[in-house]
Amino acid sequence: MTETPVTGDVTESAGGPGAASRPAPVPSATPAPLASRTSGASRTSGAPADDVIRTRGLTKRFRGGQLAVDGLDLTVPRGSVFGFLGPNGSGKTTTIRMLMGLIAPTSGTATVLGESMPQSVATVLPRVGALIEGPALYGFLSGRDNLVRFDAADPTADPRTRRERVEAALERVGLSAAAGKKARAYSLGMKQRLGLAAALLQPRELLVLDEPTNGLDPQGMREIRALVREVAAEGTTVFLSSHLLDEIEQVCTHAAVMSRGRLVVQGTVTELAARAQGRLVVRTPDVAQAAEVLAAHQVGALVPGEGRVDGELGASVDEALPKLCAALVEAGVRVHGFGLERGTLEDAFVALTGEGFDVAG
Amino acid sequence: MSQAETVLVAGRRPQTTSGFLALFRNELHLTFRRMRTKVLLAILAALPILIGVIVKLNTDSPRGGGGGAPSFIAQTTQNGLFLVFTALAVALPVFLPMTVGVVAGDSVAGEAATGTLRYLLVAPAGRTRLLAAKFTAGLVFCLAATAAVAVTALATGATLFPLGEVTLISGDTIGFTDALLRAVLVAGVVAVSLAGLVAIGLFVSTLTGSGIAAMAATVGLVITVQILDAFPQLDAVRPFLFTHYWMSFSDLLREPMYWDGVWKDLGLQAAYVAVFGSAAWARFSSRDISA
Repeated sequence: MTETPVTGDVTESAGGPGAASRPAPVPSATPAPLASRTSGASRTSGAPADDVIRTRGLTKRFRGGQLAVDGLDLTVPRGSVFGFLGPNGSGKTTTIRMLMGLIAPTSGTATVLGESMPQSVATVLPRVGALIEGPALYGFLSGRDNLVRFDAADPTADPRTRRERVEAALERVGLSAAAGKKARAYSLGMKQRLGLAAALLQPRELLVLDEPTNGLDPQGMREIRALVREVAAEGTTVFLSSHLLDEIEQVCTHAAVMSRGRLVVQGTVTELAARAQGRLVVRTPDVAQAAEVLAAHQVGALVPGEGRVDGELGASVDEALPKLCAALVEAGVRVHGFGLERGTLEDAFVALTGEGFDVAG
Repeated sequence: MSQAETVLVAGRRPQTTSGFLALFRNELHLTFRRMRTKVLLAILAALPILIGVIVKLNTDSPRGGGGGAPSFIAQTTQNGLFLVFTALAVALPVFLPMTVGVVAGDSVAGEAATGTLRYLLVAPAGRTRLLAAKFTAGLVFCLAATAAVAVTALATGATLFPLGEVTLISGDTIGFTDALLRAVLVAGVVAVSLAGLVAIGLFVSTLTGSGIAAMAATVGLVITVQILDAFPQLDAVRPFLFTHYWMSFSDLLREPMYWDGVWKDLGLQAAYVAVFGSAAWARFSSRDISA
């Protein structure tokens, strides 16, 4: 509804729906990040070092004049699994390329791990693992030799531990058996996993994954998500771009939504999903009577329908629900069904952008 | 960021010399492991065999074949070692620069086309370091290519023709060992003569995202420059063309050796490396990598 980006993550995601399946944000075990996460205000004033990624007014206009990214203010807290969401062509990859120092911004600043990009590429990127726009491999090299090459490209990587780290990375993504095969013989899923292995050659502070499940079958997607959760549980901040809302809801603690090069909203996933208001649904043949009772209990936006009444609940949903139910029964309403229909990120997205999701901007 | 260092295993790592050089070593690996490189070297190695066999077959009726080095070919029948000079003289105008153009032209553009360039840069390879590694690998390829020609020429020459004392262009005669050393020297000069072309190829390679286009442009440039070098009307420009002094290596087959042309050649190559190396660096270090 509103065009202005909503920043600040006010609430912890813990306790929200599906919180158990999501990795909890893991602080880097120092008091500082915890403090900044609980109070959104302290972030704007000081200690930007606790934001793993921070952009201010980041803008990219390509030579053709096309505005790919427009005044982006993005804040990725340390320890989060941050979903970067948007339809294809909304500027996600361009943003990631700017964050990784591959392309220079037209204006604005980007800070990664506390240092500005692209100036600090040499000191920042060894601590960042990245999968950008799908894997790219040397087809004539084996999977193992591909990893050796990418590791050799990092001047801070120790050649003495290279073999060991390569084998560990292969093991981790389940490619040990196929490591000797030429990469051109790999399936897309295997290539994707090898790309992930390259990102995991070192312990990283930040993992940037651009559409990591693109082109994968459901099993492959599940594996990648499991790996993301595992990496996040080790304390690595994960920045994950996707055009699949589903994916973001499943693995992320925080999310930002892009549309046509602009940031529409960012915050915790719970917070965002809550913006698509969960609706109370009562199924009953006594529609008029039920509506009366609900109205008496401050349920707003009532919509009486065929055999059901919908309404919007206020803040304290969990406490209000049992009372409402009891009140309905007391009033003699024949309650056939009673419950909340949870809002999804997709609802939130549609509400925020007023457009369907798979439409390219 | 110091907090992160103490807690996470992830964190800053110091850059080491061996880590820095690893990319250079790996680049050589990458270049010479490719089937394409092997095929190019095999073609270069086949060339002296072909020349040797043709000369051998024509030995009975020596008419002095056409081309740029008739004196060498005539000499070859007397001494197999001369096949090295003959082969290098035949390979230098076309075959050697073509293979070098392919390797240098594809070096950056090929990686951009397959997308591996972005992964090297986020590793982070460092743009200057990557360019230096590519240039080094290109120079080593020049050496390998020249060696492929020279070594098979020597082997073929030794098999098909007599070896022994060598009569130089100046008419003097030197011993076989001495002549062998000169062959090594000549091969070295030929290899270094191609350095300018490596720099040009590298520069062209940073201009485009298509490996084929960069290769074609580089090889096309070599041909064009040699055609221009054949016009006497362009006398003012010719001494600055990177191919102009290539054949000066034959001056090393005189007694005493005549270094003038060779020094000019090496100086010119150094100038080309400086100019096109800087241009490649300027272009590559500021370029948006969006492939």
